[in-house]
Amino acid sequence: MSKIAMERVKLARANDRPTGKDYIENIFEDFFELHGDRRFGDDPAVIGGVASIGGRPVTVIAIEKGHGAKERMARNFGAPNPEGYRKAQRLMKQAEKFHRPVLCFVDTSGAYCGVEAEERGQGQAIAESISLMMGLKTPVISVLIGEGGSGGALALAASDEVWMLENAIYSVISPEGCASILWKDSSRAADAAECLKLTSEDACRLGAAEKVISEKELGKERFYRYLQFALETKLNELCALDCAELTERRYQRFRKIGNCLYT
Amino acid sequence: MDFLKFLYKPKNELEKGGRQAMPVTTAEGEISKTCPNCHNQIPLSQLWENDYCCGVCGHHFRMGSRQRLKFIADKDSFTELFADVESTDVLDFPGYAKKLETTRTACGEREGVICGEAEIEGQRCCLFIMEPYFMMGSMGAAVGEKICRLFEYAAERGLPVVGYTVSGGARMQEGIVSLMQMAKTSGAVLRHSEAGLLYITVLTDPTTGGVTASFAMEGDIILAEPGATIGFAGARVIEQTTRKKLPQGFQKAEFLLKHGFVDAIVPRSEQRETISRLLRLHGGGRNV
Repeated sequence: MSKIAMERVKLARANDRPTGKDYIENIFEDFFELHGDRRFGDDPAVIGGVASIGGRPVTVIAIEKGHGAKERMARNFGAPNPEGYRKAQRLMKQAEKFHRPVLCFVDTSGAYCGVEAEERGQGQAIAESISLMMGLKTPVISVLIGEGGSGGALALAASDEVWMLENAIYSVISPEGCASILWKDSSRAADAAECLKLTSEDACRLGAAEKVISEKELGKERFYRYLQFALETKLNELCALDCAELTERRYQRFRKIGNCLYT
Repeated sequence: MDFLKFLYKPKNELEKGGRQAMPVTTAEGEISKTCPNCHNQIPLSQLWENDYCCGVCGHHFRMGSRQRLKFIADKDSFTELFADVESTDVLDFPGYAKKLETTRTACGEREGVICGEAEIEGQRCCLFIMEPYFMMGSMGAAVGEKICRLFEYAAERGLPVVGYTVSGGARMQEGIVSLMQMAKTSGAVLRHSEAGLLYITVLTDPTTGGVTASFAMEGDIILAEPGATIGFAGARVIEQTTRKKLPQGFQKAEFLLKHGFVDAIVPRSEQRETISRLLRLHGGGRNV
């Protein structure tokens, strides 16, 4: 079996990839960061705020892994705690109030799994995020820029459109986790990665993503300009729809995935 | 074979509840089960009388979906819906097609959840019960689709939904398709909710992963069975990641109640009465 999928996983996890903050800095103007979930604390793994893109005010939310060992540690390696998701929820509700579209940049190996995260209801926080996004009365686009790890990624990707970078991955479980459940051997992650169909092309084929963005010029000026142009165009299109149409469209987007009509 | 027992160590909490509870025949020839909590031999006849709970320590034994249906719904009131919806091997995942086949034969169910319309003490509602003996109630395309259809069905008819959850999470073998079911079911729950209708969930042992992070936690009222394991990440995974010892009673129903994530813990013997009372208090759950 070829190991192509695992190569992609490695690229998605690479330390030198642009992180959420790089996208915010290079695509948006006037970004102003808003902190805290107003419930418990401020999660450094999730950055959010207001900004403008092509003159249109938007709410931006990004999962941030950080650059360099020190920052990565401080950002919990991009593994959000419940308060990260609750901050995102607060900002999305705010976006709805001010009729701003929401743009999410997702890059996480998964929601943080720890005792405190469970105590503060990690599962509930993710459920609430997904539910809120499904009913959000403003356009929302998510871009998977690196790892799209399970529910922790979906909590910021129940959107009108999901775009993936060429080497981003989107999976229900990490290849290592899958291998250790399936073969009791986490070293067979490469085989598991192949089985899970987690590449951007697979996600598009299975209806989980709409668009693959080429990484030929990843991190360069032209890359960001292209992405900015694509986002602006899509926002123009989505903002023209009325709320009811938008939420119906979003519901149907997920409704058709695995509808078992083939049985 | 009892003398070999010390060789077999259950790998995790979930398995403890499952494998050790296999029926054994006692010296008197009566079939009994070992309580995973107090290790007493409980005759099956006694278990049935006692709502499938241990008469000594009150441990709630794991229940199959049909068995649970008998406890919760009024006699002959259940009409099953969407029984023909089944998962297929969408990803060509190694061994999955075979596993589906053997599980269907061994378990007798076609999928990890049964859905339908039923009455609970005369209160009409839609009911779903997840099946622990079908790949631990994992959510694949079919489970998501059935739940989704049930909420759409209930919303159309103005009926409340009562749901029993038990799940190891999303079904790994269906990859991203199973992950998407979290959004799909959440969307359907939201539409039902926006129609002003009641949704009660009862979390039973174990409710974890993608199901906790979607429709299990989206009920207007969230009940739990005593001692049920409820959480997002598995305890073993947390222990490995954090290298910390987990606190006593971690992720148990009582732990969730203490931290404010469930409304009440209701023993099995009181569930019928409690649910019917809640349905009544919400005008039969209809939008009136």
